[in-house]
Amino acid sequence: MKKCYINGLSSISHQNSLESEFLVEVTPLTNETVFKAIQPSYKDIISPAAGRRMAKGVKMGMYTALKSLEEAKVENPDSIIVGTGLGCMEDSEKFLHAIIDNNEQYLTPTSFIQSTHNTVGGQIALALKCKGPNFTYVNGGVSFESGLIDGKMQIDLEESNTVLVGSVDEIAKQTSYLYQLADLVKKEEEQPIDILTSKTKGIIYGEGAQFFVLESEKKNSCYAVLEKVSIINTLEPNEVNQYLEQFLKSAGITKEEIDLVILGIDGDVNFKEMYEGPQALFNQTPQAYYKHLTGGYHTASAFGFWMANNILKRQILPEATQLNKLTKKGYQKVLLYNQYRGKDHSFILLSKC
Amino acid sequence: MAKRIAITGMGIVSAIGNSVVENWETLSQGGNTITRIKNLNTIHHDSLKFGEIKTTNEEFVKLLDLPEDNSFCRSALLGMYALNEVVLSVNIQDINDVRTGLISATTVGGMDMTEKYFHSYEENVAARKHIAGHEAGDVTNKMADYIGLKGFVTTISTACSSAANAILLGAKMIETGQLDRVIVGGTDALCKFTINGFKTLMILTDEENAPFDDNRKGLNLGEAAAYLMLESDEVVKRENRKVLAYVSGYGNANDAFHQTASSENGEGAYLAMHKALESAGLSPSDIDYVNVHGTATPNNDLSEGIAMQRIFGDNVPVFSSTKPFTGHTLAAAAAVEAVYSVLAIQNEVVYPNKNFKTPMKEFNLIPQTELLKKKLNHVLSNSFGFGGNCSTVIFSKNA
Amino acid sequence: MESLKTELKNKIIEVLNLEEVTVNDIDDNEALFGDGLGLDSIDALELIVLMDKDYGIKLTDPKQGKEIFQSIETMATYISENRKK
Repeated sequence: MKKCYINGLSSISHQNSLESEFLVEVTPLTNETVFKAIQPSYKDIISPAAGRRMAKGVKMGMYTALKSLEEAKVENPDSIIVGTGLGCMEDSEKFLHAIIDNNEQYLTPTSFIQSTHNTVGGQIALALKCKGPNFTYVNGGVSFESGLIDGKMQIDLEESNTVLVGSVDEIAKQTSYLYQLADLVKKEEEQPIDILTSKTKGIIYGEGAQFFVLESEKKNSCYAVLEKVSIINTLEPNEVNQYLEQFLKSAGITKEEIDLVILGIDGDVNFKEMYEGPQALFNQTPQAYYKHLTGGYHTASAFGFWMANNILKRQILPEATQLNKLTKKGYQKVLLYNQYRGKDHSFILLSKC
Repeated sequence: MAKRIAITGMGIVSAIGNSVVENWETLSQGGNTITRIKNLNTIHHDSLKFGEIKTTNEEFVKLLDLPEDNSFCRSALLGMYALNEVVLSVNIQDINDVRTGLISATTVGGMDMTEKYFHSYEENVAARKHIAGHEAGDVTNKMADYIGLKGFVTTISTACSSAANAILLGAKMIETGQLDRVIVGGTDALCKFTINGFKTLMILTDEENAPFDDNRKGLNLGEAAAYLMLESDEVVKRENRKVLAYVSGYGNANDAFHQTASSENGEGAYLAMHKALESAGLSPSDIDYVNVHGTATPNNDLSEGIAMQRIFGDNVPVFSSTKPFTGHTLAAAAAVEAVYSVLAIQNEVVYPNKNFKTPMKEFNLIPQTELLKKKLNHVLSNSFGFGGNCSTVIFSKNA
Repeated sequence: MESLKTELKNKIIEVLNLEEVTVNDIDDNEALFGDGLGLDSIDALELIVLMDKDYGIKLTDPKQGKEIFQSIETMATYISENRKK
């Protein structure tokens, strides 16, 4: 079975994850509840003819997809996989507003076409003229991880040598407002927010895109080896450790071999219990978190994955991400655990190249 | 693909029936199933026809024994109804007694509720329970909860090829030993968003869809949910299961031509069919029946026809589209047609391609217009979606 | 007709989100689809809605658009002959 190397990656988020030093200058999210991503200039990567139809999410996805391929020196991947929690909400809202406001008349196709969940995957394929398999996963907090499982399977089975896997989610105005109404996103009045101590429901809302190039051959640009990914739809808080230990066992690893645990703690008081088991189990191990930098939207875990890859390559654990202030001289194996609203649990094991 | 994956259970709800048996009855006996819409309030109710399931949400809630105060959107209700049939048909005591999964497909998700309450959520506090229900993943998660499934659960959304991709992924996970049992399929309910969206693309007919007809004007939208249970050989043996048919091959490819239109030479379709045949270890001449995507849009049928000629040469097998029965059920379509493919194999029958009158000018491809008795060893089913997403699944009678 | 042509050019730029294009960039007789301005089938559908909404002209067959939308000149001619608004 071939190993699965991550040879290229790219991220757009609220943090300056594109060009600067790895999370040296960060802007934690404390004084608002909705955080937009920093947008790069798209002119060089996306032609005006294509870009004129693209909403923010599609552009973010295209940009990070193409950048990650550039880093891995890949012209055309064998397959493309995208994960998204809500899909292209800006265009969905646009079309929905038009239907309601115009009573189903004078509607135009562009926003409908752009609203379909697999638009990002389709546009990337079009740009690259990539005729390989093309999947889009839309299952809330495991949308990204479902893509990783699929991509890794393709590498394991030698169906593909290069798989482009990533995720995108964009903030749209009305959805953001409705999510606050429904207590899915924290309300404005609740600031300042520290997601480690917050006693309110909901997450901080964010958006972003991350893409990764998975390959069967190691390249100079390699960040990490993807060892194992597992998802499960539902767990009680007291079952998380049991599942985690099974996960490590099936990967042939003991918990002592884990050098760093990255947790998707998101500040939602209703679900913080989920992380308490792993926090206790690994209380002698360095722990990190990231949703105070990105928000807790569905595919924020891809940022955590991006972070883990960078940590393994650079062998630095940025201070802004440290959860328990423990550090190590070197990081060989990193474990990630995430969940969304008590569902969509994911476990990822990465190791140094 | 080394082995064939056993299909041990099925469930379906569509315009032509609320169970596998009811669907079969209509397919074999005929019926007028493309109708004016009743359950949805749209200005197009007089000008368009649909493959609508006449059962209302309230009726489904009662049938499924759900609390009256609930947050289920229509796609979730349809999905749960079909899942219920799958699980009952296989007589499983504990759905989690082996490593289990649910891979569902949807494009609509909870959009029917979102469009209903979008502007009124501010005042209508009671309706806010539907906000989280908009998400595609929430529909699938609720469905998994309904049957008490704990395991690998995910959702695929690749437009009209979605359910085929769900079948593909499920089959792979059994084949690679990652799962012992997986329920695969899709669900999509009718909603104004979709109806109006397709209307803007000018690919809806105001009559009844006539696939592969030279005068075809477009598709009728439909709604449905359909699921198959796939199980590993070990489970089949241990439980002494009756195998209905096998998933023997699959392929997914991208046309990479245009966002919504298919390429003229049907490249994506050709690649998908080619990959499926290769993965099944079959040659084109082994295929006994093709259940085409056949949406009756000018573009799809031309593109699909050309792709079929590229694959089968002068020997295109007997083929038909069942969309004149059900309408185009979007993310559920490939699962609906998977159930029909299995029924075709079991009953040794090829379905009629209704409403066909005039062959297309571009080639000499005539669909099967009458119900045909024929022994079927291998059935090939196509589903092609926006974003150039093309999928083919092959079903076989024997292991 | 001149003012209609300018009006059309402005509407096309706005509705199709042609950010980098100005009214002066579009020649009256230049091909709108394929070469020339490079519009595609989705743009054609957008223009069909524009005809209905702004000029009261309903086109029921997308293929009709091919003739009418050849250039600004052909569009303006068709609209001035058939407009209801």
